Amino acid sequence: MRPFEYQRATDAGQAADLAVAGGRFIAGGTNLLDLMKLEIEAPRRLVDISRLPLDRIEPTDEGLRIGTLVTNSDLARHAAVRRDYPVLARAILAGASGQIRNKATTGGNLLQRTRCYYFYEPSAACNKREPGSGCAALDGFNRIHAVLGGSENCIAVHPSDMAVALLALDATVETLLPDGSSREIPLAELHRLPGETPHIETTLEPGELIVAVVLPAPIGDRQVYRKVRDRASYAFALVSVAAVASMEEGRIAAARLAFGGLAPKPWRNEKVEAHLVGKEPSPTLFEEAADLLLAEARGHGANDFKITLARRTLCAVLAEACQGDK
Amino acid sequence: MPTHVMNEALGETRLDKGAQGLIGKPLDRYEGRLKVTGKAPYAYETRHGEGVAYGVVVTAPVAKGKVVSIDTLKAFSSPGVIHVLTGDNLPTNSAQPSGDKPAIGGGQIHFYGQVLALVVADSFEAARHGASLVTVECETREGRYDLDAERPNAKVPPPGNMPPDTARGDFERAFAEAEVKLDETYRTPSQSHSAMEPHAAVAEWQGGQLTVHTSCQLVGDNTRQLAAALGIKPDKVRILTPYIGGGFGGKLGIGPEAVLAAMVAKEIGRPVKVALTRQQVYQVTSRRTDTIQRVRIGATRDGRITAIGHESWCSNMAGDDYFEPIGLSTVFLYAGENRLITHRLAELDVLMASAMRAPGEAVGMLALENAMDEMAEKLGLDPIEFRKRNEPDRNPEDDKPFSSRHLIECMEEGARRFGWSEREARPRARQEGDWLIGIGMAAASRKNLLAQSSAEVRLEPDGRAIVLTDMTDIGTGSYTILAQTAGEMLGLPMDRITVLLGDSALPESSGSGGSFGAASAGSSVYIACEALIERLARKMDCAAEDLTLKDGTAVAGNRQVPLVELLAGEALSAEGTLQPGNATKDHHQASYGAHFCEVAVNAVTGETRVRRMLSVCEAGRILNAKTARSQCLGGMIFGIGTALTEELVIDDRNGLLVNHDLAEYHVPVNADVPQLDVVLLDKVDRLASPMASKGLGELGISGAGAAVTNAIYNACGVRVRDYPATLDKVLEGLAEGGGRQ
Repeated sequence: MRPFEYQRATDAGQAADLAVAGGRFIAGGTNLLDLMKLEIEAPRRLVDISRLPLDRIEPTDEGLRIGTLVTNSDLARHAAVRRDYPVLARAILAGASGQIRNKATTGGNLLQRTRCYYFYEPSAACNKREPGSGCAALDGFNRIHAVLGGSENCIAVHPSDMAVALLALDATVETLLPDGSSREIPLAELHRLPGETPHIETTLEPGELIVAVVLPAPIGDRQVYRKVRDRASYAFALVSVAAVASMEEGRIAAARLAFGGLAPKPWRNEKVEAHLVGKEPSPTLFEEAADLLLAEARGHGANDFKITLARRTLCAVLAEACQGDK
Repeated sequence: MPTHVMNEALGETRLDKGAQGLIGKPLDRYEGRLKVTGKAPYAYETRHGEGVAYGVVVTAPVAKGKVVSIDTLKAFSSPGVIHVLTGDNLPTNSAQPSGDKPAIGGGQIHFYGQVLALVVADSFEAARHGASLVTVECETREGRYDLDAERPNAKVPPPGNMPPDTARGDFERAFAEAEVKLDETYRTPSQSHSAMEPHAAVAEWQGGQLTVHTSCQLVGDNTRQLAAALGIKPDKVRILTPYIGGGFGGKLGIGPEAVLAAMVAKEIGRPVKVALTRQQVYQVTSRRTDTIQRVRIGATRDGRITAIGHESWCSNMAGDDYFEPIGLSTVFLYAGENRLITHRLAELDVLMASAMRAPGEAVGMLALENAMDEMAEKLGLDPIEFRKRNEPDRNPEDDKPFSSRHLIECMEEGARRFGWSEREARPRARQEGDWLIGIGMAAASRKNLLAQSSAEVRLEPDGRAIVLTDMTDIGTGSYTILAQTAGEMLGLPMDRITVLLGDSALPESSGSGGSFGAASAGSSVYIACEALIERLARKMDCAAEDLTLKDGTAVAGNRQVPLVELLAGEALSAEGTLQPGNATKDHHQASYGAHFCEVAVNAVTGETRVRRMLSVCEAGRILNAKTARSQCLGGMIFGIGTALTEELVIDDRNGLLVNHDLAEYHVPVNADVPQLDVVLLDKVDRLASPMASKGLGELGISGAGAAVTNAIYNACGVRVRDYPATLDKVLEGLAEGGGRQ
């Protein structure tokens, strides 16, 4: 671990200021500290925001505002979340372990970094860790890697379960910039695809602090989160699907679908959703949805199976979300 | 010093009579309270305080080549750094258990992650940062990382745990002529022990005398290996390893951290602590080899095996001829006149392969017991019935008698308890929602080993007993069963027994490995106690066989004398030694069992979830029903991991062990492990040891994974022969319509 300076922020504005030049925010630290021990992250300064009053879950006119420091455990067990956004509660509980969820925060979860093996191995080529060094995963052991949205520079996937559910819930991220201004970023626009710059993972400016995640009213009460993984707990998604839908008179009235494990960011394809709306659910319709989702999918060898797996999981999740006459 | 050579069966012993009633009882762990209250420290947690320096290992960034230079300048100038140890004489990784010391690098890089340097600093953090500043320049050469590719170059290794080849009759001819044939190839990946406690050592010199707190399984061998690595006499080295956070074979040979800590502690004149990081535990200790196994079975139409062949290929680094004894159980488990069991060893430029829990059986029985399941299906026989039809009455290798063998009883007992009769032979017969349900079974066997072992037992004037031996407790229950043995023999309750273990200053034991610990070390305590009993009998003026010891009182005829009174202020001490003898040579000895497993396989995703599992185990006398059961549970969980998740991935481009942490090397977690049941058949095998017990610690894993994959086949009709049976492999079969008959 490289020597670093530690400062505890007294308010959000000061935190953003402190983080502008070479600083990193730390709250739960469940990912950042591991990365610092390996010197994959080597911030000159840690800005501890864990004591800021950003840990509340508040109702808004239509939905919910979740403070960035709300822990994963607290968010998953919150009554309003369990009642109105069960897909979120289930996604969170599908991730990490009890101990990690007790420490990990909402903002930190969104900003966690990939679990690509080669990203974690300092001696391996990785454009994300060391821009320009190459990507060992492309022709290497890429069983957990992306089949959508990757580039010739990086095929690492975003590991969050929570972010997948938030994306299906049309969440918005509220931030504070060092100049004191704030902005709202739709979650779909928070993460960037790797392209030529896999080391730049989000659209946040230097020092920009996520202060809250805002949820609108859910578009439907048919909510499913399905995570497929190698073991029953403490394993990242090979494929995950978050679905939020509503039905009217036997037809799909609204649908939001988001995917984990497939791409460098929580993945959503509105064409898939548009194709479903207004139609009667059927295996054929679900297969068509999967065709649309996976039209551009490309395997790299060890991860080829994800394309089949995503198709089958999506169809099963849609069947579950659309069943019955709720 | 009383020595017992295990040449023949003892008659009934005090362990059978059970006057004190301790042997076999499910007593809590002797050191349990210390462990659950955090008072049983790991090696790294000893020797706190001023003056201690911390070492962090620097590893090779390539797998094969020559070290051109190691630039330590930046590290040296980093705050807190005291010393950087480099050189051609550093250990590259753990010693082979049978080896005399760890291999050294000699200026060459032999595998990815090999130890190249040690940075020592005033704090762990400063040492770790210093380690990151060391840069290594090397000339890289092409290496060999893929067992499949190197299989044609594999050689016959010299004899190890077994001869590389055993044969009887004319296998090829019998197989060619067999009425029904099976010929399948199975693959298992490299695995890592992944013990909870990472390898660590704390070394301190006082004059020419070295003391090392470390975490190791074989104190005597490890002391000699450490001394040899340092070029000093073994009596100058003291190893202390009283509490061990798991070994599983990964701590059989001395670790590089112990050698490095000792080397550098001497150079800088301070105590030094070195712990491997979790990643380094994967990279610089040892691994279980990857294997390729071809199993051929020929049988008559009514299911009598006429030919059985098990040819295997495994890997190790150049110059190391340890091979995994993959066919160990195939030698004796089933009948068949014509037999061929071979082992071939390929050189890879990958970390040393060595023993991991049940070396041989753990992977060999996956293939054998899958093949038996596949053959039973070909024959239209129930898998248990097929096995029963091939139960040998003598060792089919050489016609020697079995010391004891209760395989059929294990299978029948398990079948009855598990509800085997409700199994549908046809795959995909049971479905609950998206989940396909199936059950499977496999036989278990683990060759019984016995090793020389010594212990001293002291009777103190206050009527307490102390057991002293360098035996280790790697979580198995050594402390507890040695206390029970001494208590049973000397007629003392548990709270009057003290057990001191894991100290090379104590009499040398078998150590922990190969499931030989309980019988070997237990017997040494038995023998020492017998000597004490002789002396107590003389004091009572009676023959030893007429003396009963119970609750601290000596009883002979109508006389009862409290032990304290009998000792009359005098302490008695005896050292007992067990030596393996002809009983092992004249009989085939093994523990047996049967595993039963129910799985659910998701018809959409190919995920497998184990729903319940039962193992019926027979290992002679059960010394403690609780710790014995725990050993079986641990083995079964290893079996689940072997079947479903564990794979140490080698990047075949450059030899990197890709998934070298616990996030990506998937051992089963609690959520993967359902209700597990263990039934212990309590028998005695008097030919096995004076304890009349056989090895148990590795029986639970032997065959367990095959029961899981046999259940997967029964559930969904997909046979995965390339372990582990991860969902992508099951899915491939499902997507191809596997099993839709």
